[in-house]
Amino acid sequence: MIELDNVAYSYGGEALFRGLSLTLAPGSFHFLTGPSGAGKTTLLKLCYGALRPTEGDLSLFGRSVTEMDRDAVAMNRRRVGVVHQDCQFLDHLPVIENVALPLVVSGQYSPEHDENLSELLTWVGLTDRAGALPAELSGGERQRAALARAVIMSPEVILADEPTGNVDWEMSQRLMRLLIELNRMGKTILIATHDLMLIRTTKAHVQARVLRLAGGGLYAAGSEL
Amino acid sequence: MNWPGLSPRRLLTADPGADRIVPPSGFTVWLTLFTAATMAFLTVFALALSLASGRLATSWGAELARASTVRISAPAGQLAAQTETALRVLDQTPGVESARALTEEEAQALLEPWFGPDLPLGQLPVPQLIEIREAASGFDAAGLRLRLQAEVPGAVLDEHARWRRPLVSAASRLRGIGWISIGLIGATMTAMVTLAAHAALSANAQVIAVLRLVGATDGYIARAFVRRFTLRTLIGAGIGTVLGLGAMLLMPEGDTSGGFLTSLRFAGWHWILPFLVPPLAATVACLATAAAARRVLGQLA
Ligand SMILES: Nc1ncnc2c1ncn2[C@@H]1O[C@H](COP(=O)(O)OP(=O)(O)OP(=O)(O)O)[C@@H](O)[C@H]1O
Ligand SMILES: [Mg+2]
Repeated sequence: MIELDNVAYSYGGEALFRGLSLTLAPGSFHFLTGPSGAGKTTLLKLCYGALRPTEGDLSLFGRSVTEMDRDAVAMNRRRVGVVHQDCQFLDHLPVIENVALPLVVSGQYSPEHDENLSELLTWVGLTDRAGALPAELSGGERQRAALARAVIMSPEVILADEPTGNVDWEMSQRLMRLLIELNRMGKTILIATHDLMLIRTTKAHVQARVLRLAGGGLYAAGSEL
Repeated sequence: MNWPGLSPRRLLTADPGADRIVPPSGFTVWLTLFTAATMAFLTVFALALSLASGRLATSWGAELARASTVRISAPAGQLAAQTETALRVLDQTPGVESARALTEEEAQALLEPWFGPDLPLGQLPVPQLIEIREAASGFDAAGLRLRLQAEVPGAVLDEHARWRRPLVSAASRLRGIGWISIGLIGATMTAMVTLAAHAALSANAQVIAVLRLVGATDGYIARAFVRRFTLRTLIGAGIGTVLGLGAMLLMPEGDTSGGFLTSLRFAGWHWILPFLVPPLAATVACLATAAAARRVLGQLA
């Protein structure tokens, strides 16, 4: 699905990481941990084509990004659901329209989706916030809305950056159950998180690999996880 | 949920579906509307000016072409000979396209308004008239006058409308200025729409980032902006054109003998032309916004 081969990335100065190789096989479940500033968000951005590697090769769904134009990257992004760390929304549209946005921009929206949409909002506990503007949501509500938006297209890959950063334990468990269920349906999942408790409890339910990004390299996490 | 349903407000602003992804931005809306309206208003007048001065140049030019005559007053016995000499002289004068002696009937027709139909022309010492058709270049009147003086003592060169010559060239120049104005107005509008579109796109960098995150192509994002600006320009230019035409209708109806001011109204099929202004303005806005979007989206990549 997503393959990084000997990839380096730098925002201009010193490379953030180099020699990084990673394969997200179909149906796999990965956690990505590491200290703040190690480059977890950057790595995720590479995985959905928002950034291009400064060295090495990156291929998305079997195609090298070096041979993709912006339209091709956009098409790829419809196959990847992304939960951004700072949950970006269109601030002038209510939550429900923001959640439906991937359907709208890909021209797939039709009223039949409304049922899915309300089901999904129920799942993330936002039914009564559907008409609110993003600015009127709490941090946790924004994250839940972002997750709902990430899965609305039923994407093959879900990349989530701190999806449970601002929610209580119970809600984070609920969100993880949603992600586990999606993984059981065959979706590939990569979650960047600092929350070791969450990783441990999730690993009880699903075969997950834990990766640690630190000091410019990517390692398999120790057996304590 | 009524995406992308049509509420009356959305219909009025013609913002159904995809256009909603671009946040409503009051300032650029009014800027674009106002610019388009003003430019359309000015275009209608520049158009009227060009067409009117064009008509004037043509009709004055035509008058000018047959504005000169040679009048020969001579004793009956010499009249024919002098006329012949004058025609020969005129024939050799550069800038004279043709010269023709008027027949007796034509002369009678000319004099009839003054003397009545029963004028016995043959018995009166009526001068012979020669009508000169001038080439566009015109002839050297002073030179011709000298030659006629030398060879045809009874001849007088008459140039009734020669004074209009500078007016004709002024009218043609005015027509040119009118068309140049239309070009400049178009260029200004292109610049204004480009600026407004640039401002709107740059102000919405965050929106563009979100749209890209959820898989929108550049074309999709650009279209949302292009639609919005094209529509605003169309509406603005429509308003400006209607106002311009309204002002035009307040002008008195032109008559053929009337001066320049009274003939500023459109004539005949020319009334169609101002109605082309809004669609043309919208086309310009569409192209300008598309170009601006391509540039900004490239920069934001
Ligand atoms: N657009 C950018 N331009 C320049 N430097 C950047 C940019 N984005 C991130 N960085 C830097 O790159 C480094 C890695 O950032 P990144 O967001 O990937 O870290 P992270 O591992 O996700 O951290 P956190 O756990 O705090 O989210 C940081 O030092 C950050 O300052
Ligand atoms: Mg991060």
